[in-house]
Amino acid sequence: MKKKLFLILLGCLLFVNLTPIFSNGASEEKEDGVTEIVYWQYFYETKKNLMDELIADFEAANPDIKVTQQTFPYADYNTKVAASVPSGKGPNVINLYYGWLPTYVKAGYLQPLTGSAFAPSKVESEFFPLVKAAKFDGSYYALPTAVRSLALFYNKDLLVEAGYSEPPKTWDEAIEMGKAMTKFDDNGNFTQIGLGVNLDNQFHHVIREVLNRQMGTTPYSDDSKTVTYNNQAGYDAMQMVVDLEQVEKTGRQGFMEDDRTAFKAGTCAMFVSGSFALGTLDKVEDLNYGTAELPTMNGIESNFASFWSNGITSFTEGKELEASEKFLAFLTSPEVMQRWLAAIGELPANMELGSSDAVANDPKFGPFIRGLEYAHATVFYDESAQKSAMFDCYNRIVLEGMDVKESVDIAAAEEQAVIDKYFK
Amino acid sequence: MKNQIQKGTIARQRERWAYLFISVPVVFYVLVRFMPTLYAFYLSFTDWDIISAEAHWIGLTNYKRLFSDKIFYKTLSNTFYYVIIGLPISILFGFILAYNIDKLKIGNSIFKTVYFMPYITSMVAVAWVWRWLFQPAPIGVFNNILITMGIPMQEFLNSTTQSKNCILAATVWSGVGFQMIIFLAGMKGISKQYYEAAKIDGASSFNELVYITLPLLKNSFIFLLITGTIRFLRIFTQVVNMTRQASGGPLNSSKPLVMYIYDNAFRSFDMGYASSLTVILFIIILLITLIQMRITRDEK
Repeated sequence: MKKKLFLILLGCLLFVNLTPIFSNGASEEKEDGVTEIVYWQYFYETKKNLMDELIADFEAANPDIKVTQQTFPYADYNTKVAASVPSGKGPNVINLYYGWLPTYVKAGYLQPLTGSAFAPSKVESEFFPLVKAAKFDGSYYALPTAVRSLALFYNKDLLVEAGYSEPPKTWDEAIEMGKAMTKFDDNGNFTQIGLGVNLDNQFHHVIREVLNRQMGTTPYSDDSKTVTYNNQAGYDAMQMVVDLEQVEKTGRQGFMEDDRTAFKAGTCAMFVSGSFALGTLDKVEDLNYGTAELPTMNGIESNFASFWSNGITSFTEGKELEASEKFLAFLTSPEVMQRWLAAIGELPANMELGSSDAVANDPKFGPFIRGLEYAHATVFYDESAQKSAMFDCYNRIVLEGMDVKESVDIAAAEEQAVIDKYFK
Repeated sequence: MKNQIQKGTIARQRERWAYLFISVPVVFYVLVRFMPTLYAFYLSFTDWDIISAEAHWIGLTNYKRLFSDKIFYKTLSNTFYYVIIGLPISILFGFILAYNIDKLKIGNSIFKTVYFMPYITSMVAVAWVWRWLFQPAPIGVFNNILITMGIPMQEFLNSTTQSKNCILAATVWSGVGFQMIIFLAGMKGISKQYYEAAKIDGASSFNELVYITLPLLKNSFIFLLITGTIRFLRIFTQVVNMTRQASGGPLNSSKPLVMYIYDNAFRSFDMGYASSLTVILFIIILLITLIQMRITRDEK
């Protein structure tokens, strides 16, 4: 008797131990004709709450579909997604940073969007051109609800104090104004910076997609397979940023932790950041700030845009696929974009909506929307490695005194190696 | 004979239940420790990138790449720097604190508490406080102190030469209370008679330290040497939280090997290469442990 009890208990314990290995977050089988699909995004409170509301509305309009939202902390999100791939299980509809798409498309994790709602010609007539970063071999694999671009944030009070009424239009003006608004203590240490240079935040995008182009070179070839900024224009772009810190002294890496923190504290007059910063900055009391389109140079306008997009995983089939396509079409509809803009502050991906007067003439959103028209979305193959390449390039020059040309050439070779590895 | 357990006896049954309860952690251990370890050895010979369904056997390619990888050597030397510089300093400070606190008649529990507190504080919190202390002026406390003393501002965490020492400062500070407590316990275990005898013979307090306290604390030293080596080899949290964008920078100057492994595995998804780095780290730790075991055995 006792022996039996013992064996049963042993069995139970082993089972309890092993169960977590076999369970997973896959979609449930349907009951009563209701198709259940799973949606993944990273956890950001306002996004999660809005998505809950959107799902409720979607379910009300489509009573035969049930959507379950699962969120994960941002820091672990990409790892979590990657870890779910080999198991062949996971969500049906998934929110991914556009820079990660090449990796997941190559791995066969996403399926091309074949529904009529996602025909390339239709997408390209409705969405801002930067969504092309989600197009592979002629098909779209993911589409955004919202997009983000860069703009120059300026502290109105500090501008007025220095005698300026308007934000700068060109980089020359920006540098001159930045110098005028930079303050030092008796020992020559910054107490206020005029124009921030935070490469590890957004400024590496500025070098890549904005300054390179304004100096006269594309950062990459048209097919994004070759690095093309290792030429005189590319060296000039990097030199200009190095000079901001070393010659013009309008700011420095790590001043008050980063530019955005300094801007919040009122000790940074101008810095470049994305539309996603609006939400945080609006919450700061007594911060009287505005946004302007990125400065131009040689008459050239350029901007960097990025987006989070929703795709459908390749193991989604049959009714689940049908439901997922419906849900995706809903998420990328102008109505949802409108609500997204109001609740999250991210720009609508739909050109018509984005260019509507209410959005394009908004004093704060306007510059971002106008920037979208000439924005480029870099095709990243390994976002983290490519970002480090640019950051290290700058540090080699500023911290180790390396020649600009030599350092940019190293960065270009590093990025090229990342690209080659992807296409290997 | 008593130790011959008869079948069906109570002792036998008890033994069986003991096995039952032990089986839980054993199964757990095998599943989450041994199997992944063995699997990592296999992965180190493949090009697995997490998201591909299959891993392809690529032989020694990862190891060949590793031996010509500058960042590998850089991070390996950083890791050794942390152990070789950090460990002696932290043991020395721990000993100095314990030696002096042990002499205190009044208030020594307050000092013990104060010095031990950092050890029980979350390393993430410790790292961020130290990160802010090392900031440039006007917000960095250390730089503000330097400036008032007329010394030029230092780059600290933003310097390729100083960043490792900044990481070590935070690490030593957070661990020194632990070393102190171990030494204090060791000192309590030394019989007062030795000191009394030494006094009668006219020994100075320096002689007491060198000929009584230090030799009799040998076991404490060995314990701290072993646990400390592991602690400094595993430095990770500090670097992730103290360096900009968790980069181990600037220019990999503070990145330990474990963080390079993490970067390859979970940022670049290069599991195969990360596994080969892990195998090398495993061999290094194994060698160090064997050497330490050898030394401690000789001491006995």
